Amino acid sequence: MLNRPEKKKIDRKTARNILIRILGYVMKYWYLFIPSIVMTLFSNQLSLLGPKYSGEAIDAIANISGVDFTAVQKNIILMLICYIFSAVLSYLLAVLMIYISQKIVYTMRCQLFEKLLSLPVGYFDTHPTGDIISRISYDIDTLNSTLSHDLVQVMTSIYTVVGSLVFMWNISKPLILVFVITVPTAIIFTRYRSKKVRPLFRKRSRKLGELNGYAEEMLSGLRTIQAYSREEEIGNRFNKRNNDSMNAYYEADYYGGTMGPSVGFINNLSISLIMILGGILYMYSQNGTTPQGTLFFITLGGVAQFVQYSRKFAGPINEFANIITEFQSALSAAERIFKVLDEEPETEDSFGALKLEKTDGKVDFNNVVFGYSPDKTILHGISLTASPGKTIAIVGPTGAGKTTIINLLMRFYDVSDGSVTLDGNDIRNITRKSLRKTYTMVLQDTWLFCGTIYDNIAYGRENATFEEVKAAAKAAKIDSYIESLPDGYNTILTDDGINISKGQKQLITIARAMISNSQILILDEATSNVDSRTEIKIQEAMNELMKGRTCFIIAHRLSTIQNADKIIVLQNGKITESGNHDELMKKGGFYSTLYNSQFE
Amino acid sequence: MKTVLLYLKKYSRKMSCGFFIKTVGTMAELMLPYILTHILTNVMGKSVNNIVFWGVLMLICSFISCALNIIANRMAALVSKNFAEDVRKDLFRKTLLLSAAQTDKFTIPSLESRITTDTYNVHHFINMIQRMGVRAPIMLIGGISITLFMDAALSLVMIAILPFIFTTVYFISKKGVPLYTKVQKSVDRMVRVVREDSQGIRVIKALSKTDYEQRRYDEVNRELVKNETTAGVIMGSVNPVMTMFMNIGSVAVIALSSGRVANGLSSPETVIAFMQYFTHISMSMMAVTRIFVMYTKCAASAKRIAEVLNTKEDIKVKSEKEYPDISKDFHIVFDKVTFSYNKKRNNLENISFKLKKGDSLGIIGATGSGKSTIIKHLMRFYDIDKGGIYINGEDIRTIEKNRLYTMFGSAQQYDFLYADTIEENIKFGRDISFEQIVKAAKTAQAHDFITSFSDGYNHLLSQHGTNISGGQKQRLLITRALAANPEILILDDSSSALDYKTDAALRAALNESAKNTTFITVAQRVSSVKDCNLILVMDNGKIIGCGTHESLLESCNEYREISDSQMGGAFVE
Repeated sequence: MLNRPEKKKIDRKTARNILIRILGYVMKYWYLFIPSIVMTLFSNQLSLLGPKYSGEAIDAIANISGVDFTAVQKNIILMLICYIFSAVLSYLLAVLMIYISQKIVYTMRCQLFEKLLSLPVGYFDTHPTGDIISRISYDIDTLNSTLSHDLVQVMTSIYTVVGSLVFMWNISKPLILVFVITVPTAIIFTRYRSKKVRPLFRKRSRKLGELNGYAEEMLSGLRTIQAYSREEEIGNRFNKRNNDSMNAYYEADYYGGTMGPSVGFINNLSISLIMILGGILYMYSQNGTTPQGTLFFITLGGVAQFVQYSRKFAGPINEFANIITEFQSALSAAERIFKVLDEEPETEDSFGALKLEKTDGKVDFNNVVFGYSPDKTILHGISLTASPGKTIAIVGPTGAGKTTIINLLMRFYDVSDGSVTLDGNDIRNITRKSLRKTYTMVLQDTWLFCGTIYDNIAYGRENATFEEVKAAAKAAKIDSYIESLPDGYNTILTDDGINISKGQKQLITIARAMISNSQILILDEATSNVDSRTEIKIQEAMNELMKGRTCFIIAHRLSTIQNADKIIVLQNGKITESGNHDELMKKGGFYSTLYNSQFE
Repeated sequence: MKTVLLYLKKYSRKMSCGFFIKTVGTMAELMLPYILTHILTNVMGKSVNNIVFWGVLMLICSFISCALNIIANRMAALVSKNFAEDVRKDLFRKTLLLSAAQTDKFTIPSLESRITTDTYNVHHFINMIQRMGVRAPIMLIGGISITLFMDAALSLVMIAILPFIFTTVYFISKKGVPLYTKVQKSVDRMVRVVREDSQGIRVIKALSKTDYEQRRYDEVNRELVKNETTAGVIMGSVNPVMTMFMNIGSVAVIALSSGRVANGLSSPETVIAFMQYFTHISMSMMAVTRIFVMYTKCAASAKRIAEVLNTKEDIKVKSEKEYPDISKDFHIVFDKVTFSYNKKRNNLENISFKLKKGDSLGIIGATGSGKSTIIKHLMRFYDIDKGGIYINGEDIRTIEKNRLYTMFGSAQQYDFLYADTIEENIKFGRDISFEQIVKAAKTAQAHDFITSFSDGYNHLLSQHGTNISGGQKQRLLITRALAANPEILILDDSSSALDYKTDAALRAALNESAKNTTFITVAQRVSSVKDCNLILVMDNGKIIGCGTHESLLESCNEYREISDSQMGGAFVE
């Protein structure tokens, strides 16, 4: 099977670049982001004040001269206010973050899709559809959850960490020394770990993409697999990938899973140290060795508060470890998304490219040389002229390069050498969009999307009326079939379209072509799946369609071809014969042999 | 959820082992606040040695809990990994076994996302529940029971808060499940557009429809965003509401304790210790709600997975009593077969014919006349409404699926080639020798073009075989059909992209090499069927002509018309 080479690790620089790019998206919504920061500050300040008031309330309760009820009452009310407002604010914040992240995700999906549509067609030949889907759904999802949850967490964390530090500073400065030991340990540990874990997460994303790719590919061949009774074997192959992907997941989990408990341990370490140190300090404070107000003085409530704040302080650091794990997978996901976004699109329209409004339909190939890869040339110096309104037929053995000519005409690919011109303009100097608008194409590979039959036909031209759609369907001899369906034109075509045959699909695409009003027509085996009697019936409509338009026809059925103004025989990427039917028959070359073979 | 959870049964021992370790680890963790309060209330201010002793004990407990938690987490990861692998494995297998009608109902993109995203969601949940599902409740219950000992009255205040929390969380989560189901549905729709457009990119570009497609995508994208936002906004309320309840609880505790301390029922130290536990308890409450939120997402996905897993096989092997054998004189027999897709209009009506072993059958007729439908029924993709289809005298409904399918070699309209070598595409996972492959490729007129690649049979195809031409694809598919020397060879419209010369050579080679094979060809070209022993002319689901080429030319107007249109009439002697 295809083994893609292991990609290099994400180094720190790429990680930073990815992060900066993500931030770029976030900052686009700065007007939402800034309020969210303000809200974070307030909400956290409020929840930080909570323990302070509760500490004061406890001190008031522990008052040596009896419980100070007024102080307790005051603090209780303050606590209530803090907690309720903090809850409201944090909910608003969560909602706001959902809005921001959804906006970002929406933009990203749009960009990704737009990008996909702008990529050269070759991209889709080399990238499994499932992998593309995995990027646009799973990877974006991963990024989304990081943005909507973890981003708030990070902001909250930073504030809580700083805030608790300030409170602890006020309670007892010597106790903070404990963190001089534990915080660097935590940081060093997390960094060391994440370095180790990051490549594992990338592998996990990639393997999942591969699995999705395989699933999608095999499901598209479901019928064939069943027809050959290969469920067992294909199932086993899928399992191999399933196993690979799950192992990659497990590996990442295995190492990622140590992070939480370990950081938890470091936090508990600091609490234990605080208790030991704090206990000693309290002892000296109590027996009067350290007088009140000096650096080393601490009350019992002070120690209790300090522990509470140190928890608040450590909590985010603990969470941070989890978040870093999440960030790792978000980074790998983002990398895969950006990879598509950075993919080279079809070359930009050249500067000042012509926007075709109208065309006569004169097409020239001037000594065209082309190969899909530089080492394998498919077309070796093709020259031909299609005059306006004339029909050019291309015949030749399969694999001779007929479809390649069409690919070049449509500028799905650019020529390696020579040029293709339309009305004398090099097509590379015409905007792609206006160039393609001048063509109508019916291909052997019928492509219909999930939608009503009506939508599929009307796809050929925007604003087509129902009458026009029906007329086109009539001309393509598919109207009566459509009308026989229970839902008529509103019948929804589904994936496999089980009860619609390939021939019927082709007739629908022909109807789609008939509705468009482009100047140049390309028929690549347009009727290969239509039976010959129906073909004759639609011939009249086809003739109508072809009238006044320049036509390129590729067909095996020579009856379609013999009336062409010019027939070109293509063999091994070269034109070996050219002329009309009679001329070629007289010549007694490849064409005449081919023609006669149908009567054998 | 139940169907999916059954998969965990296999791992119950491993899981309980993990649970046990986790429990011990959590207990050790639970010791921490206990020791802490002990230090605060009893040890503080007495002796340095004592403080250090208890402090070190805290360290030991935290170390134990850390080590055990890591072990338990790893075990959880292993169990959930194996679990997800099993579920996905079965799901994929089941998907492969779905009948055509069933796949139509689920649609392919939806099946795909069930295998990927939904399984992933369940995996994630099973992983997390093992980690937090034990720890959080133990911390919660342990915490509460310790506080009960410390000061029952204060503890009851806290417990009084819990029902509020649970009902809120329960109602919100209940609302969440349908919301996430909706989200998943819009994901399906989005994936569908991406999938379609990836496959139809040529047509889209050729028709300059990128703007239209973007609008179409935008619609599903917006819908998805809308549903995700709704689900997020509702589920996002769980945490703040919870935290608020907990905090109000702590306020109530302080309020109550002030009175109790004043009356000498409690001490300030107890209140301090109580607050320590309170933090722990509220943290575990937090974790419990997170589990709830995850559960909602998981339940939606589990339901979708179960839908597929619980789909009953609709094409079953029937008993011979119900469908008795007939005589073995003929290889294939269609006896008055009638079928309708929508049960309104018949797609096949009264189809009858008989073939001897080694015979060839040609089916010809207009587009949509029911040619391929005959094939689909011979291969039992659907069950017929009336009549019977027999192979070697056995009703096909009584033949076990595997045995039935291995009788056929078929090249159908759904051309399926995948990203792999040519050899592998022909083999298709079957046990076929290279010699056989080459032989089949020669018969199918594919050998020459295959060997023209520098890497020959090892040449890599792209997905759907987009890097070879239509005619080449068809010849590979025919090679695949031939390679295993099937009893019955079916070519359903699979030489339409071949030029006449290649087609003629193919037919000659087939006649030569597959003498014992019963051969069925569906075609639009008269030349493809004219040498068959029997030719059926189909129209509107009925047989309107039946016989050899010569007899049909005389007896069947339609056949003559088709023949004339293709052969130029005058040329035919």
